[in-house]
Amino acid sequence: MAIIIDENTRVVVQGLTGREGRFHALRNRDYGTKVVAGVTPGKGGTDVEGIPVFDTMVEAVAETGANASIIFVPARFTADAVYEAADSGVGVIVCITEGVPAHDEAKFVDYVHHHHPGTVLIGPNCPGLISPGKCNIGIMPGEITLPGGPVGLVSRSGTLTYQAVHELTQRGIGQTTCVGIGGDPVPGTGFIDCLSRFEADPDTRACVMIGEIGGSDEETAAAFIASEMTKPVVAYVAGVTAPPGKKMGHAGAIVSGSKGTAAAKIEALEKAGCRVGRNPSEIGELMAEVLKGV
Amino acid sequence: MDLFEYQGKQLLARFGVPVSPGEAADTVDDAVAASERLGYPVVVKAQVQVGGRGKAGGIKLANGADETRRHASNILGMDIKGHVVRRLWIEKASEIVEEYYASFTLDRAAKKHLGMVSAKGGVDIEAVAEEDPSAIARVHIDPLVGIQDCHARQLVFGARLNPAARSGAIAILKSLYRAFVELDADLVEVNPLILRPDGSVHALDAKVSLDDNAGFRHPEFEDFRSLASADPREQMARDRGLNYIGLDGEVGIIGNGAGLVMSTLDVVNQAGGKAANFLDVGGGAGAKTISNALEVITSDPNVRSVLINIFGGITRCDLVAQGILDGFGSIDVKVPVVVRLDGTSAEEGRAILAANPKDGLVPAATMLEAAGRAVELAKSGGAA
Repeated sequence: MAIIIDENTRVVVQGLTGREGRFHALRNRDYGTKVVAGVTPGKGGTDVEGIPVFDTMVEAVAETGANASIIFVPARFTADAVYEAADSGVGVIVCITEGVPAHDEAKFVDYVHHHHPGTVLIGPNCPGLISPGKCNIGIMPGEITLPGGPVGLVSRSGTLTYQAVHELTQRGIGQTTCVGIGGDPVPGTGFIDCLSRFEADPDTRACVMIGEIGGSDEETAAAFIASEMTKPVVAYVAGVTAPPGKKMGHAGAIVSGSKGTAAAKIEALEKAGCRVGRNPSEIGELMAEVLKGV
Repeated sequence: MDLFEYQGKQLLARFGVPVSPGEAADTVDDAVAASERLGYPVVVKAQVQVGGRGKAGGIKLANGADETRRHASNILGMDIKGHVVRRLWIEKASEIVEEYYASFTLDRAAKKHLGMVSAKGGVDIEAVAEEDPSAIARVHIDPLVGIQDCHARQLVFGARLNPAARSGAIAILKSLYRAFVELDADLVEVNPLILRPDGSVHALDAKVSLDDNAGFRHPEFEDFRSLASADPREQMARDRGLNYIGLDGEVGIIGNGAGLVMSTLDVVNQAGGKAANFLDVGGGAGAKTISNALEVITSDPNVRSVLINIFGGITRCDLVAQGILDGFGSIDVKVPVVVRLDGTSAEEGRAILAANPKDGLVPAATMLEAAGRAVELAKSGGAA
């Protein structure tokens, strides 16, 4: 099994006719993903390499039975695209676009959660997700993954996700699903949502969680792991030596409840019983050890 | 993007937040002229983007031209926690009855806007949060609904502000929230917000941080940016559209994706070295971006070796390899460059580098090996 997406996922690509959208949609299709439609207002009736293009999401879903969407539109049109996707009834929305204004993000995440509580929004500013051998939605290079599990992976970072998957695959450790939740301030889906799905997935026997400095999501996830997870978690946090990044002023520091440092996050995760790697290579090493015990 | 106090105040004033009349001044003579126009007493304030200006002697009251002259010449050029003062804000002095704190920001955990007000203003609010958290009233606001009167009342009554300040504070909170949303700010903070003897409430300081991602709908952001950074390396990188942060080590870093670059800095540190910078070429970087990055990094005289760590997803390693060769062709690369390529088109990329060997270009198979090699080369004085 896998979480969120599998062989029954049918994807519509918002922004299919753009350069990025076209490139990655075709790559996803080559991987075996059922890419069934594209949406570009004004280009309905055309096609991209046999993938039909529609003017609206509602039409695309009605005509093709799509149940997931991936968004490649530029940042200034992203909020609009998310609202359109949510209202069309698809159950999964994957938003790749980076550079989305935080105020837009706060609104559409709020909207999806309240008005479409069953819909999973991944991103924005994320690499997407892949259930190896079944479905790849996003920009992750599918060839670095290994189908068959038993590891579920969730990460706030993009390329660091690839590095971690690479470390697992190099050691012959397969993955059930790898989710890049994105590093923006208000991700549609967080660590805990993914971890609880992995906990419930019978084929996932252990998890990898990759965090980075800023905010307090890792600390919150650590508390969840300690109280709710029976499956082992190997973690990694990037940014131990990074200087304080974006200054959010005093108000931000108060909100996070800690300084958002890597050291604080690592400590919280270790306290929760996670094995924490000191570099990406150790993610693979530690997972190999952990799997011997489960 | 953090703004200076005077920029923040000018922006907040547009939304109806009452601020004192004032003028920016870059020289002592300008400061005196501004003081004369405003009328004494005035306050001479250092414009730096760091807290603790007052304690450092960067804020002084002046009752006449001589005092303005003396304070301005002391403060201009002053170093406050590594920030050199290049501009002053001269403003009409205010009489203060009480000092409060007010801010709006985005609470990442709650995924909502967060308003905060405290009757203990004018001091380090983090210390208040630590010692007496109940002294700060907090209210979450649904971003789809926006601030309502009830939110502002909850903040003002919750913080137990002086009854005389209530109506003024409620009005300011609503203006402040409107500024927060309409300016696409990550943070608007007024500390202190003051109650004056006549009962009016007034913003005596302003801290505004704007969301760079929203620049496309705020052309005025560009005006603020030009004044922001003094680091010539950062300016050079910005001119080339690169995401760069200058550090003080000796290993120059180029990578793709913030997480991977941060991880690369950590691994260099574990290998016994220190990074000279953070440079994220982002997703889908082409040859030009890579050669630009190499140019920026190698212009830093502290850099003794360069580590290029790319895991291609949206980025193609063959284009990266081409960019590295272009860089070696167009600029004088005096330090060794260690390159690790993996992911999309990595084999093609490695083949391109192997077919075009250059002095000082060192391929590495893994991230750890690459970091170790770069640190070693930096320490041995950069000879490959």
